[in-house]
Order: sequence, then C-alpha cells, then structure tokens
Amino acid sequence: MNVVIKKIVSSILTILVVACLVFFAFSLIPGDPAVAKLGTQATPEKLQALRESMGLNKPVAVRFMEWIGGVLKGDFGTSYSYNVPVTGLIAGKLPVTVILTLYSFILMIVMSVFIAILAARYENSHVDKVIQIINQVIMSVPPFFGGIILTLIFGLGLHLFAPGGYVSYDINMGRFMGYMFWPALAIALPKSAMAFSLLYGGLITEKKKDYARTAYSRGNSTKDVFYKHLLKNACIPVVTFFGMALADMIAGSIVIEQVFGIPGLGRILLTSIQNRDYPVVEAIIVCIAILVIVSNLLVDVLYRIIDPRTAVAEGDK
Amino acid sequence: MLLHVEDLNIEFHDHIVPETVVYDFDLDMEEGEIVGLVGESGSGKSMSALAIAGLLSRHDAKKRGQILFEGTDILGCPRETLRGLQGDEISMVFQEPMTSLNPVKKIGWQVEEAMRIHTKATPEERKRRALEVLSHVDLDDPERVYNSYPHQLSGGMRQRVMIAAAMINTPKLLIADEPTTALDVTVQAEIVKLLKHINKKHNTAILFISHDLSLVRQLCGRVLVMKGGYVVESGNTEEIFNNPKEDYTKHLIDSIPKVNLDE
Repeated sequence: MNVVIKKIVSSILTILVVACLVFFAFSLIPGDPAVAKLGTQATPEKLQALRESMGLNKPVAVRFMEWIGGVLKGDFGTSYSYNVPVTGLIAGKLPVTVILTLYSFILMIVMSVFIAILAARYENSHVDKVIQIINQVIMSVPPFFGGIILTLIFGLGLHLFAPGGYVSYDINMGRFMGYMFWPALAIALPKSAMAFSLLYGGLITEKKKDYARTAYSRGNSTKDVFYKHLLKNACIPVVTFFGMALADMIAGSIVIEQVFGIPGLGRILLTSIQNRDYPVVEAIIVCIAILVIVSNLLVDVLYRIIDPRTAVAEGDK
Repeated sequence: MLLHVEDLNIEFHDHIVPETVVYDFDLDMEEGEIVGLVGESGSGKSMSALAIAGLLSRHDAKKRGQILFEGTDILGCPRETLRGLQGDEISMVFQEPMTSLNPVKKIGWQVEEAMRIHTKATPEERKRRALEVLSHVDLDDPERVYNSYPHQLSGGMRQRVMIAAAMINTPKLLIADEPTTALDVTVQAEIVKLLKHINKKHNTAILFISHDLSLVRQLCGRVLVMKGGYVVESGNTEEIFNNPKEDYTKHLIDSIPKVNLDE
C-alpha cells in the first residue's frame, strides 16, 4: 500500500515538473503570438495593445505563477486564437483521443494474445511459420501508413467504412465506435506485432516448464493449459512493454487523427502550434503527460497483480 | 486388473538415429497395489511412467505396445477420453515440487483444478473438498495454505500440496515420479508414510518411482528394477532384497548407505 502512495506522490511531482518545463520552453522559443494573430495588419501600436491584453508584457516569472495557479484549479487560461477558455476547448476533444488510445490498446492485447497462443500451440507448424512472416511485415508498417492502407482496402475498396465519415460520440456512440475501429487498428497493428513476438517467446519458454506438465496431468485441454496456466506467466515480462506501448499510442493517436479526419487533440494541437497559441499547446502537453503517467501507474499496479512474487519481495524489505 | 502394460517400447526421434529408451516393458497392477519402479537416472523409468499417465505426447516419441487402464487403451484412445481419465482416475505427482506448481496461481485454485475439470461441484463444495484434502496430507492451517502462492511454502509443503491436488478426485492410480528426491531425508520419510496412508484409506494403487531402494522397501510390496531401458528384475520386494539375482540389483542394494550406530 505504501508503495502505491509513493508512486502517486512521485507521479504528481512529475506532472508539475512537466508543466514547468512546458511553460518555460514556450517562453524561450522564438515567435510572437501577437504577431501570429494580427498577421499583416500588425502595427507597433496594435501589437503593443494586444500584448498588454494578452498579458504578454508581464515578466515570465509572474506569468508562470499566474498560469500554474490556474492549472492547479483546472483553468488553463484563454486561447489566443479562439478567445475561449482552453479548458472548455480541450474538454470536448480529450475523450476522443482517450477513447482512441484505449481502443487501440485493447485491440493490441486481444490480437497479440490470441495470435501468440495460436502460433505457440502449433509451434513449427505451417500456421506458425505463416504467422511469423506476416508478423514481420506488420511490425515494420508505421501507423500512418497502415492507416492509409486500411482506408484504401477496407474503406475505398470493400466499403466497410466511409473514409472521413467521422461521427461524434455524443451523436451516435455505435457509429462512432464503428468508425474508430479502423484508426485504432492502424495504431494497434505494429504494436501487436511487437507484443506478439514477446508473448510468443514467453509462451514457448513456459510451455516446456514442469507446471505445464502438471496442468496436463490434471486433464486440462491444450487450450486451457495455454489460457489458464501459461498466459499469465508469459505476460509478466511483457507488461512493461504494454506500458510503453500505451504511452506511445497516445502520441500515435495524434498522428492517426490526421489520416482519418478525426477532430481529437491532434488536430487542435497542430493548428495551435502554427498559431503560437501557447495556452492551448501547453494544456494539451500537460494532458498528454498526465495520460502517460497514469498509464504507467496502471501498468505498475497490473504488474503487482499478475506476479504475486513482486508483492512479497517488497513486503520483506 | 487395473493396469495392464504389455511390450511397451518408447523411441525418440529427435536425433538422426532413433534412440530407444524403453524396451519391452510389462507391468500388471491390481487395485490398491503399490509397485515400485527403481533404477538409475536414464534407465527409462520416468518415460514409462509418463507414457502410462498419457503424458508422453511429444510427437518425436514413438510408442509401441499396449497400455490398458481398466480396459481403456491409453496409447490408442482419443485425446478426450484420455483427458477424462487424467486427474480423475489417474493422477501424477512429480519430482520437483518447486517447479511443478504454477507460480502465479493460488494453491487453492491449483488443488481444486482437477475437481473443476472433472466434476460439476459448486465453488463452495470445491473449497470444502480442497481444505479437506489439504488437511489429509498433514498440512497445518489448510485455510492459510489454500490462500497462499507456491513461493510462500517450503519444498515439503509444496509436495504435500501436489499430493493433495492429485488426490482430490480420489483416483484409482497415483503415479509418483521420484516424489521425494528433491526433499530432505526427514521429509522423505513423512511423504512415504503419507503415501502409505493414502493407499490404505482410499485403496488407491500407487506406482512409486524412485532410485532410492530403502524408500521402495518401506513402501512397495512389489518392485521392478530397470536398467538401460530394460526391466532386469521384478518380483516381491523382500525376496529381491534378500536374494537379488542380477548384479545390477546387487549394486543398487549395496549402494544404500548402511547406518549402524553400534559400530
């Protein structure tokens, strides 16, 4: 229990550090939000007036204290280019990215577990060999390219979905999930291929162990031996990878949103960077940092649940 | 007749030249009988036992001959029939209690497993039965053991758990493959005593595999001595001990350390 509390405290500190770094990084990089906003109409007087109304003329330290104070209360300031509160702007988009990420993550786990068990059960058979080759191909296809291929084959070719036909989750949840399957698949495929390799290796090792023979001696079918006995053991070293994959998928979803025309955090992040809309960019980065840290925390907890030996080792200290 | 093994031959084809590990193995066992199978490592005793338990399914292992368990042809029957027997009528206890239990599953779950597979008992019934068999194998505080993981138990305790799990459906045949080898001497004697007790109480036939003749002498009425894949001698344990016909058996008997406190 102590360990979990320690982890949570260190996670909160990490988020604060990320927030500081993000804020100061944007104070250092060149480019003036006021110039970006006024564009060709910029005269020195107008610029000065706009800077004052945006609060940009204050010293960095003061602006930071104001910003961090707001962040702690959940207020990320006002968007320079949209003139609306950043919190409201992001709140509508964040669920899209979170759902896409979780969707991909679940797809990755289901696909890699199912196929790894299939291949490991029939080790060295033709099924295994074909899976290994396909796996090598899929592993080397980046999500954005995979997304284009999926759109080409399943969208334009087989008409299983309408490319660009995004439906918001608050309008029709079913159609939203149906459309999101494809971008989620594009993100999940290369990660599944990597997870497959790790799981497959683990299963091949575990299936030769004594406890597997014990399981057979009790009358288990091969399928049950794999799912009920070997899988959990084979997962222990792969859990760390799952954690990294989840963090990676958050970044991956930002890219894939562009390919599938999904109005999530990714699109607003890109336009905000172009417009030097720092409050929005800062808020999104802090959100992503929180997602990554929370996912790591979950993986840590998962690790403890899967392997009872870790819990004891720490209790002994 | 509970078990009838005739002309069992086991060959491995994992090298260029096939390698025979068991030649013309014959064994008959009645219900409630305890038979010892002795020999050095590599003499083929474990392979014979695995074949009888239907666990020698490596596809590079060729098996010839006949194994009949209550009339069921172990080598020829479909996998489903075999699975129906495994853990229900035929159970097995292995040599390494450290690695023979699944490290990430609770003891209770593993002890109950054969019951979950073979009976329609409710979870409550299963738990009651699991606690019962755990207390039968002389584990103190079965409730605690039930909720433990394997790494929280000693080697001797784990072997008792293995025996409890094997006995949960009261099988007719228990195959114990070197169940005491990895344990220290005092625990060995206790496990042998426990097996004897199980045999008396449930009339379970036991095929006891060991390279330790003194344990075999304590437990088994009949013994088969194996060497290099052949059964070189078989018969009543006391007769073989007192009057070994084969040189090999004599060597095995002579290698038992003799403890004489008077000298």
